[in-house]
Amino acid sequence: MSYSGRRKIVSAIAEALCAVAVILALLPLAMILFYVIKQGFTSLNWAFFTHMPKPVGEPGGGMANAIVGTLILIGLAATMAVPVGCICGIHLAEYPDSRFASVVRFAADVLNGVPSIVVGIFAFGLVVLPVKRFSAIAGGVALGMLMIPVVVRTTEELLRLVPTGLREAALALGATRARAVFTVIVPAALPGILTGILVATARIAGETAPLLFTALNNSYWSTNITQPIASLTVQVYTYANSPYDDWHRQAWAGAFLLVMITLTLSIIARLAVRGLERMNRP
Amino acid sequence: MHRSADDRLFRMTTGIFAALVLLLVVGIGFELWRQSLLSIEKFGFKFWTGRVWDPVSGEFGALPFIWGTLYSSLLALLLSTPIALGIAIYISELSPRMLRQPLSYMTELLAAIPSIVYGLWGVFILTPIVRKLELLTPAALRKFPLFSGPPLGVGMGTAAIILSIMVVPFTSSVAREILKNVPIAQREAAYALGATRWEAIKVAMGYGKTGIIGAVMLGLGRALGETIAVTMVIGNNPQISLSLFAPQYTMAAVIANEFTEAADELYLHALIEIGLLLFIITIIVNALSRLFIWSTKRRLVNIISIPPVVEEEKAA
Repeated sequence: MSYSGRRKIVSAIAEALCAVAVILALLPLAMILFYVIKQGFTSLNWAFFTHMPKPVGEPGGGMANAIVGTLILIGLAATMAVPVGCICGIHLAEYPDSRFASVVRFAADVLNGVPSIVVGIFAFGLVVLPVKRFSAIAGGVALGMLMIPVVVRTTEELLRLVPTGLREAALALGATRARAVFTVIVPAALPGILTGILVATARIAGETAPLLFTALNNSYWSTNITQPIASLTVQVYTYANSPYDDWHRQAWAGAFLLVMITLTLSIIARLAVRGLERMNRP
Repeated sequence: MHRSADDRLFRMTTGIFAALVLLLVVGIGFELWRQSLLSIEKFGFKFWTGRVWDPVSGEFGALPFIWGTLYSSLLALLLSTPIALGIAIYISELSPRMLRQPLSYMTELLAAIPSIVYGLWGVFILTPIVRKLELLTPAALRKFPLFSGPPLGVGMGTAAIILSIMVVPFTSSVAREILKNVPIAQREAAYALGATRWEAIKVAMGYGKTGIIGAVMLGLGRALGETIAVTMVIGNNPQISLSLFAPQYTMAAVIANEFTEAADELYLHALIEIGLLLFIITIIVNALSRLFIWSTKRRLVNIISIPPVVEEEKAA
């Protein structure tokens, strides 16, 4: 065969392999979603949302406490991460070229890559050890620290989408930086900032590892943030590791709910970002 | 005068919040070091080379966990890198324009699925499949150390498969972005010299090489620190083995499993020291990865800021 013929065949094979790679990645995605829906959706019922876990051997019961626990943990994390993350993001967007900003940006990216279990140990040392008690607060602190870098980076990126003309107009009218930021730029970017918070929430809602030794778990109803608290993820983990079929069913139902939550959040965020980009295109 | 004072105050106040992020990274390192002092002082370097992990007699050697983490991540990268780069190439160079958005979104959905769901799927669906495959392995192959040991289903191989699936979206999305930023002129030049499509793609890949290495390292960072899914399928047995069938253990998994059981302080400090090492490794891997990606992007963006003007002139 001629040299150029061989090159064409190599090219065709390589292109086909790239398409195969896409299929190879989508296959597990389809499989996971299929089983989560098949096993999870059928195990889901009203009691799952409203009832407490039943002791071993008694069928039925639900994860009401874990659902509420997850919501409380997300709330605690957001209370901590949103102000810090947003203001940090504002700083980076306002003074993008300073040396300090690039160091902070780098730190945020690196923090984003720190394993969540390591962040969990940090929260354990910071909150659990001094008072010698696992608590929802400790879990919230761990999740909050995981949330910060995501909020920082998305806030910065979306603030930068605000047309420079708006900022310049505000400054030309004699507004101070702070005034320009809080009355003109942030309101213009508010949908974007909310999107960033959604993205960050989607990330932490599915976290298990950092909660294992901070929020621990709780088989009872508890909304006391100084006590251990249940969460969907840890509950699914506990049930999956148990030998009981009924608990396995519950674990799948919990997984279904988790996937629904994180997928919905990320789809909303995705649509919002696309809308924003379209809106701000010159 | 008044206004500039106001602006300085604004810069300072927001700067303090920004500094908190820096402080957090330093704080994590300091706290982990402080909380593992007992173990660092008692075992020193032997901690990293010891093979015995016996909490009852107070002997702690972390080598099996370090091995498990490095080996599982390496195997995962071997599987995920070709797939992730294939996806990046397909989406940015080959696919019909219409499919681009949906495909990139679907592959990125893999990153949105929680680790615990991967774990659950791994335990109940993937493990039985892997076990069947292990049973089918011909006896001739099983003489090799890579396939030795009883076919349990749980073990290094299953963990590597799960990890590779989880890592793909991180590598592919960054690699895709790098490819998108490689100037079109690079490919056109290759075509002009008579290159085939694949050869032109190779030129583009070579042009963004540093960034693509960064993308792979970003995936590596994820694989090293992944906890729950791996804990559920790797078998949690501290042994050093090349075998894909063998149940092994990782650094993150031992922390997840034993942290709440650590009754005495030395045990706790030993576990936190493993966390400290994991922190240091992932910081280095992530920092390098970001530097590679940033420097490539900066170089590419600077270059393509010139051609569009030229093209516009041509069009006019």
